[in-house]
Amino acid sequence: MRSLRLRLFAILLAATGIVWLAAVVWIYVGTRDEVEHVLDTRLQEAARMVASLASGFDALPGASTSAAMQPLGSYERQLSCQIWSLDGRMVAKSSGAPDQQLSPAASGFSDRIIDGEPWRVFSVEDADHNLRVMVGDRVGLRERLVTDLIKGLMWPALLIAPLLGAAIWTSVGQGLRPLRQMAQDLGAREPDDMRHVETERAPTEVRPLAVALNGLLSRVEAARRHEREVTAFAAHELRTPLAGLKTQAQVALAADDPKVVRGALEQIVTAVDRSSRLVRQLLTIARLDSETVDAPLAPVAVGPILEEIVAATPRHERTTVTIDASVRAMVLNTNADCLQLALRNLHENAMQYTGEGRVVWMARGNAIAIEDEGPGIPADELDQIGKRFFRGRLRSPIGSGLGLAIVKLALAKVGAKLTISNREGRSGTRSELTFDV
Amino acid sequence: MRILVVEDDPILADGLRAGLSLTGATVDAVETCEDADHALAASHYSAVVLDIMLPDGSGLDLLRRLRGRRDATPVLLLTARDSVGDKVSGLDSGADDYLAKPFDLDELAARLRAIVRREGGRAAPAMTHGAIVLSPADLSVTVAGEPINLSRREFAILAALMERPEQVRSRAELEERLYGWQEDIESNAVEVHIHNLRNKIGKDAIQTLRGVGYRMGTGR
Repeated sequence: MRSLRLRLFAILLAATGIVWLAAVVWIYVGTRDEVEHVLDTRLQEAARMVASLASGFDALPGASTSAAMQPLGSYERQLSCQIWSLDGRMVAKSSGAPDQQLSPAASGFSDRIIDGEPWRVFSVEDADHNLRVMVGDRVGLRERLVTDLIKGLMWPALLIAPLLGAAIWTSVGQGLRPLRQMAQDLGAREPDDMRHVETERAPTEVRPLAVALNGLLSRVEAARRHEREVTAFAAHELRTPLAGLKTQAQVALAADDPKVVRGALEQIVTAVDRSSRLVRQLLTIARLDSETVDAPLAPVAVGPILEEIVAATPRHERTTVTIDASVRAMVLNTNADCLQLALRNLHENAMQYTGEGRVVWMARGNAIAIEDEGPGIPADELDQIGKRFFRGRLRSPIGSGLGLAIVKLALAKVGAKLTISNREGRSGTRSELTFDV
Repeated sequence: MRILVVEDDPILADGLRAGLSLTGATVDAVETCEDADHALAASHYSAVVLDIMLPDGSGLDLLRRLRGRRDATPVLLLTARDSVGDKVSGLDSGADDYLAKPFDLDELAARLRAIVRREGGRAAPAMTHGAIVLSPADLSVTVAGEPINLSRREFAILAALMERPEQVRSRAELEERLYGWQEDIESNAVEVHIHNLRNKIGKDAIQTLRGVGYRMGTGR
């Protein structure tokens, strides 16, 4: 059953019905025994009464009928009475009593079938007066009495049953109202409404659901916020160079001064170079994102790759780059493309941020590290570093905010890890790539 | 018009400086919220062109601080985000106008002129004083219908005086309107420009209040 309300209703109704039935059976059995007992006692009393009355007369009238017997509705002529002499002659019988002897027993209770009907008979023998009195009633009547009693109980119950059903239906509905209220509240929400569901006043049974729902809402909200941030950063990083290009182009078109025109055109060239780099970075990210399988691993010599990168990257004239012997001799079981991507982006970063100073590549165990003498990274931005399009306060003019994201992605492909920290005791950044053995 | 550009992208900032200068404005450019705060505290600007996403914070926070100081300098927001929600939050933070990147330089200049004009309480795009009509949109000046050829500085001084013709402008005030930080100011530059202006638009057009400054002439 899909509806909780229907299910509760059915369970409650079934439980109530079973309790009722059990009560009816119990009352039926109890009443039947009680009625049996009462009626047996009455038979006994009636027989003794008749016997004592009969012994008072010397001559009994013939088989006469008692005119005093009045019809008693459905229970009329419930009792039949016969008086027999001990030698087997019927002395008298009550009106409606069968002609056949009610009981063969001399005294006490007996059950008999007379004219196809079961009877219950009590006999009393009065030897002094040569009399045997038998009083009996039909068992069928007895059972009708019990049935009528039970019916009398059942009718009001049957009338009440629909009322009870309605009461249960409404109560279950009332009991489920907090759930319905919650569903309504959630259903009426705007898509971006991530307010938490009220848990303080929620019933105990609903609270776990509400708490779980709030947890989910928080996670969805965090994911959306992250997505919004990335979208905002991306929009800024993509549209600002375009705005620069357009503005410079309009300046070149509008200016009369050849010096201004030339300046604007030079700026356009620079802007296109930067945009090209941004596009290259974006394509790299897209490629790394779309490759779902891990890159194939093979032994790679780090030295030659690093030397090539260092030679190809332009640097400030006062920057010195040292490749330590430890890293020159290093051979890693990794993917050459991914390693090259990571090393190149880290090296470019170091070149952008170090003016006059030293940049050193070194190895320690399974880790490759690069240390620069740039300004370092503000402490509060360290955990944001590597987010796509994130550029800190100390951004370099040609950065795109994608370099470290690319490094992280490339390293993830080969199961390596990037740790970035500020150098201790002096300004500068230390980036460490840790490879699994 | 003296404009402060707060934009961290060097190419865009350079383009704005060059482009707005072509429309007769004097432009100072800064890259961070902190520098913008200092610039706004030190000088008076006709308007601010403000990027929202800056290296050291949000341009919107800068804008709220500015309005919190009851500084009513007109602000035009530049942003990469162009959803309605972003526009609303920008304008509600106290911005006077809003442009999404990439924008058109001419539109930016026109919107700047409009917000500066509104801030000065004028509805008509051109300023009129007697027979002199000055139009900031096309940098033109006419006297009694005759077009007058003015240099950029002369135009800027005349515009500053005509914004509030009865108000006296000191020499320092005019210099501030005329020159950005990087420019060297010759000590008698304003006097020279005023002298040339009088030759072009009439001797009585500008009054000198000795030791105080200049204002538009009241003779006509």
